[in-house]
Amino acid sequence: MTQPADIGRRDFLTATAAAGGGLMLILALPGYAGKSKAAKAPGAASSSLNAWLKIARDNSVTIIVDRSEMGQGVYTALPMLLAEELDIDFDSIQIEAAPVGDAYINPGNGGQVTGTSNSVQDAWEKLRMAGATARTMLLSAAAKRWRVDPSSCHAANGAVLGPLGKTLTYGELADSAAKEAVPKDVKLKPNSSFQIVGKSRARIDTPGKVDGSAEFGLDVKLPGMLHAALAQSPVLGGKAVAVDSTAAEKMPGVRKVMNTASGVVVVADHFWQALQARKALSITWDPGANATLDNRAISALLKKTAAAGAGLEALRVGDAAGALKSAQLSLSADYELPLLAHATMEPMNCTADVRPSGCDLYLGTQVQQVAQATAAAAAGLNPAQVRVFTTLIGGGFGRRLDIDFIPAAVEASKAVGAPVKVIWTREDDMTHDTYRPPVYSQVSGGLDAAGKLTAWILHITSPSITARMFPPVKGVDDSVIEAAVNNLYDVPNVSVSYSRQEIGIDVGYWRSVSHAPNCFVIESFMDELAAAAGKNPYDFRLQFLDKKPRQRAVLRQAAERAAWGKAPAGRYQGIALMEGYSTHLAQVAEISIDAGELKVHKITCVVDCGQMVNPRIVESQIESAIVFGLTAALWGEVTLVGGRVQQSNFNNYRMLRNNEMPELDVHLVDSGEAPGGIGEAAVPLVAPAVCNAIFAATGKRLRTLPIGSALKKA
Amino acid sequence: MTGTKFGCGMALCGACTVHIDGAATRSCVLPLRAVQGRSITTIEGLSVDRSHVVQRAWLEIDVPQCGYCQSGQIMSAAALLKANPKPSDADIDAAMSGNICRCGTYPRIRKAIHRAAELLERGSQN
Repeated sequence: MTQPADIGRRDFLTATAAAGGGLMLILALPGYAGKSKAAKAPGAASSSLNAWLKIARDNSVTIIVDRSEMGQGVYTALPMLLAEELDIDFDSIQIEAAPVGDAYINPGNGGQVTGTSNSVQDAWEKLRMAGATARTMLLSAAAKRWRVDPSSCHAANGAVLGPLGKTLTYGELADSAAKEAVPKDVKLKPNSSFQIVGKSRARIDTPGKVDGSAEFGLDVKLPGMLHAALAQSPVLGGKAVAVDSTAAEKMPGVRKVMNTASGVVVVADHFWQALQARKALSITWDPGANATLDNRAISALLKKTAAAGAGLEALRVGDAAGALKSAQLSLSADYELPLLAHATMEPMNCTADVRPSGCDLYLGTQVQQVAQATAAAAAGLNPAQVRVFTTLIGGGFGRRLDIDFIPAAVEASKAVGAPVKVIWTREDDMTHDTYRPPVYSQVSGGLDAAGKLTAWILHITSPSITARMFPPVKGVDDSVIEAAVNNLYDVPNVSVSYSRQEIGIDVGYWRSVSHAPNCFVIESFMDELAAAAGKNPYDFRLQFLDKKPRQRAVLRQAAERAAWGKAPAGRYQGIALMEGYSTHLAQVAEISIDAGELKVHKITCVVDCGQMVNPRIVESQIESAIVFGLTAALWGEVTLVGGRVQQSNFNNYRMLRNNEMPELDVHLVDSGEAPGGIGEAAVPLVAPAVCNAIFAATGKRLRTLPIGSALKKA
Repeated sequence: MTGTKFGCGMALCGACTVHIDGAATRSCVLPLRAVQGRSITTIEGLSVDRSHVVQRAWLEIDVPQCGYCQSGQIMSAAALLKANPKPSDADIDAAMSGNICRCGTYPRIRKAIHRAAELLERGSQN
């Protein structure tokens, strides 16, 4: 992922009259706009002219949201930022999902991408500027109409109020406001004046989600639409070399069977018919290179590469090797983490409508531009001929950063000349995920005679997701060293390095990406060092946080709230700390083990994510991330035999259920700092907090996950 | 109608939960012939205006995140409250363990069911 571009806040907004009347505010990011010639050409396709805001003559206000809603709350939080400066009744606004457009590029992610928990950080200034600019233009239009000075007017509740009780609604002003010059020096409200931002309010998307009307990709219906099932190689990476579809093609409703690079597509009137016909296919698969791949082979491969050398340097402070040698006490350990599935509740699906002139794509995606390019390639069209309609997403977690479910729908629609919706069954989804990569990490630490941590060496070995999805990667892939190179603890000699080892199957970004494996290793090993030093794990951590007031504060508060050290009889506590996504978190897990059975009773989480937009959504995301992290910690493991994934559905890839929930105590710190990310940040701390509690209870140190199987082996 | 969702196809996740003669049932494994002559209610039939007590509680607590499982959660909760207007936590555990929420809205689901029970006690219909 690339560094954020320097956004010039003075000159990135332009305005135009909306088609059908009204004001449309257009944003162009310098540094990106130049990439698209279409964006500068008058009369270009609407996809390259990007509005944040439409105010129509009937006073309806539509805010365009350029990040995908997958439960994390962007459809509410981002409009709140714009509305803060626009002075409108928030409950009156409507929202629209953004089309593909350069204006919607997220500089922090280098594309129109919903990921890395940075939607609010990206929008923080941009959308407030958009709101303030529009308000200023509306004020200016009203002042002209009344022939008064703009400073004698003010905006409130969707209208401009002038001298002598004059009032014009935004809708009445929209046409003339669109002709106003775009102001160059709009001032944003100070945080202390916020009326909307920072206050909990109901999510915009909730009503549709409680009456069943919310539209996910799977709900898309187009006139004349056909349905398709996809037969993919049982061995990951294999392909169909011969397909006998004679029987399938005679079955009711079946329109077409075609062999594509994604697999064999069966198109029928109804999905059930396509599924039945898929069973009747006789396919000869070439298993490809993975015919003997299993977890043992993957593990051996990672260990072999890890042993071959320290790899690429990611961080060096002082002389870690030297300090380790001269340490009073030194410790080394190896940790290993499994492949994981995303298991979104809504299985992968995509609807494509390919016509000679273009293609419409309807889907839940986290990557609109990549989806567009993928569909264009599959349809033999130019990207500009593909329109992407982003639906609500029934769970993303990084899975929908991938585009492997798109080409089959496009190819099938092109072949049959009708819209086609491809649906993956749960089994298709579970056995053909882009799994979280396995990680093998070697870690060493050294303490001096005073018990101070003087040496820290971490060597991470894993595949690189970014090298597959967003190549090329120069040097160390940033997405494998997260939470490992931010000097959380004050250690004078540090070495962090990375060895890349691919494993033959596609791996993908999974909620919190490498924060999770790295935090597990770091926070488990900090506990090992604390035990070796004879220190309380909380006190041990605290002594290395003198320079980190926010981290120190969350750790302290978590310990206080959880009554650290005062667990009821038979219960044990573990603690973990992390900084990620510019958010600072500490968690305390409280567990018991009865006859070898682990029960997680309570998880306390203290979060400092800086300025919040909607605290109630922040809280829900922290709860969500804890459930996600706990599910993976307890049971998450994808296993391969002969290159085939052994897990197929929720009976053998277990999900935490309501009756298995621990008590959650989430506390949000109002630090007033810049906003941090909240969608992923609480996931990684769960596994180390629980495993540290298990160590406290049993003296057993779990260096592999999931806990379910590791505890049995320990 | 789009409210009833496909999640697993094996009655493991509850996203497809509907009421058959008032009882919460996983529709994904139910052949049509099994429901001949019986009354089926989907989320769309729970109320026309989100006024069912469970929907009101869900709105008040702002339960959903991605929302994909929520029709099923709401249908399970509505059936629970119909049979047991004041469920304990243990009753909620028993009735709601068949509905997976990958986003982890469980604490809010529990809170919303208790809230719906409270609304019922105060005389709300449903």
